[in-house]
Amino acid sequence: MLEAILFYILAAVLLGMGLLVITRTNPIASALAMVAAFAALAALYALLSASLVAIIQILVYAGGIMVLMIFVIMLLNLHPDDLKPMRAKGWVVVLALTGVWGVVLAPVALIFFPAGSQPPAPLAEGFGGIFSVGEKMFSDYLFPFEMLSLVLLTAIVGALVLSKRKL
Amino acid sequence: MTEVPIVHYLYLAAVLFVIGIFGVLARKNAISVLMGIELMLNAVNINYLAFAKYWGGGNLTGPVFAVFVITIAAAEAAVALAIVISIYRQLKSANVDDAHNLRG
Repeated sequence: MLEAILFYILAAVLLGMGLLVITRTNPIASALAMVAAFAALAALYALLSASLVAIIQILVYAGGIMVLMIFVIMLLNLHPDDLKPMRAKGWVVVLALTGVWGVVLAPVALIFFPAGSQPPAPLAEGFGGIFSVGEKMFSDYLFPFEMLSLVLLTAIVGALVLSKRKL
Repeated sequence: MTEVPIVHYLYLAAVLFVIGIFGVLARKNAISVLMGIELMLNAVNINYLAFAKYWGGGNLTGPVFAVFVITIAAAEAAVALAIVISIYRQLKSANVDDAHNLRG
């Protein structure tokens, strides 16, 4: 019961903050709403018994990516006249997507995953914790992990090259 | 024991994804567009973790890939913000409509 109450509260907070992120004209306001949305997301991940992902969400997203974004927002020093409100162009796509979801995909999802279905087996002790996820990551997914380190290296070099005035 | 059906997680992720797409399409500020992309990536993560818990049968692939998605998002944010800074330096604007040099 507690889990259900928490889920619906967190889902409402997440969607409200997501809408705030999209609708605020001031980028700092949307960045702060984004931090709140990330906190709600981390709590949702913890609710899904993925404690490691929840902690990484706070550390990397709220602590790293959002600080970087706020840093860039302040660096650009945009004048209030530069900040244009939303345009109405996206409504068509959003309405189409919502229609496809509501009419086609949602009933199909309900057929495949009926509301009463429970997890087939109780989860093992420590599921989603740092030991179990780390063991999986460094055994079965060692190659993708190493590829990711290459991606990060490329991203570091790319960001440097792009943002440097003269090389 | 879980009481929240997996479909509700899927619905939440879908709504969050649509909010993110709307942000990407409707905002003019390049940084707000980036925030919409981050929302979409997080919607994907919700799906990964929900399926890992409800249908994985103890398989940890979902959490592992959620961590990978977060890593990719960090790399993407770094490169995209570098591009935004570089565009601002050239055009004195962070408006995505002003950067139309590559439009045919």
